[in-house]
Amino acid sequence: MNVPAAWYLVLAAILFGIGGFGFLTRRSALIMFMCVELMLNAVNLTFVTFARTLGDIGGQATVFFVMVVAAAEVTVGLGIVVAVFRRRTSTSVDELSELKG
Amino acid sequence: MIAVSYAWPSILVFAAAALLVVVGALGVIGYKNPVHSALSLIMTLFGVAVAFVAQQADFLAAVQIIVYAGAIVVLFLFVIMFLGVDHKQHVDVEPLIGQRPLAAIGVVLTVGGLIALMAESHWVTGVKSVVTSGTSLQSGTANVHQLGTAVFTTYLFAFEATAALLVIAVVGAVLLARRERSPHEAAASDEVDA
Repeated sequence: MNVPAAWYLVLAAILFGIGGFGFLTRRSALIMFMCVELMLNAVNLTFVTFARTLGDIGGQATVFFVMVVAAAEVTVGLGIVVAVFRRRTSTSVDELSELKG
Repeated sequence: MIAVSYAWPSILVFAAAALLVVVGALGVIGYKNPVHSALSLIMTLFGVAVAFVAQQADFLAAVQIIVYAGAIVVLFLFVIMFLGVDHKQHVDVEPLIGQRPLAAIGVVLTVGGLIALMAESHWVTGVKSVVTSGTSLQSGTANVHQLGTAVFTTYLFAFEATAALLVIAVVGAVLLARRERSPHEAAASDEVDA
């Protein structure tokens, strides 16, 4: 028998926490994107775990769509980082204050 | 025999996955060099893929490696190399005073709350009835068949929407990354063409 779902859920929660902490503290836009990926993976792990415990394929189908959206998000996000870097020569989010009111 | 109803192999697999995931995630937020962070991210993604395999999500594990480790992280590495930001960054400097303690408190509260909430509900979602409405889960090659059937029947509209989303993302990325040519450059290239 497989290990209890609780173990995987706690692991996913910890992964989400690490990703969230990194997102809040690191200043490089690239690292922040990686932390977003960590959080997305934590949620994916939760979905797969619940798909197993509930015996429902819907959780896995949702993970499939989350992956597609993550790929699109990274494509556009890194395009924005490249476009910003061309003007500012920095990926630090602290220096991007043009939109400040 | 101790009162453990689950097999040792599954415990070992979980331990390996948990180790990969946590060490990789700590590496992502800890390394000063973005390249090392990206490589740590691969480690975490492999750990999550291991956890997927252990939970009868074979297709998703393969997609996890191909799409995440194979495409997204390579895109990250490409951008890091392209921008030339693969030098050490100052993680010791704290631009906002008290940001890290506050972030740590917030994260601990969030994760603690999540775990407490899940433990309160006995690690299941409240809606048990979805088991009867959804197709049941099988392992092995049947899993790929099942997931394909679900994506192309129940979730067909969402699947078509992702196609549109990907096209929009590609067009947007090309538009963002395109360099506006200065009049001088345009004139020079016109001369070459002519």
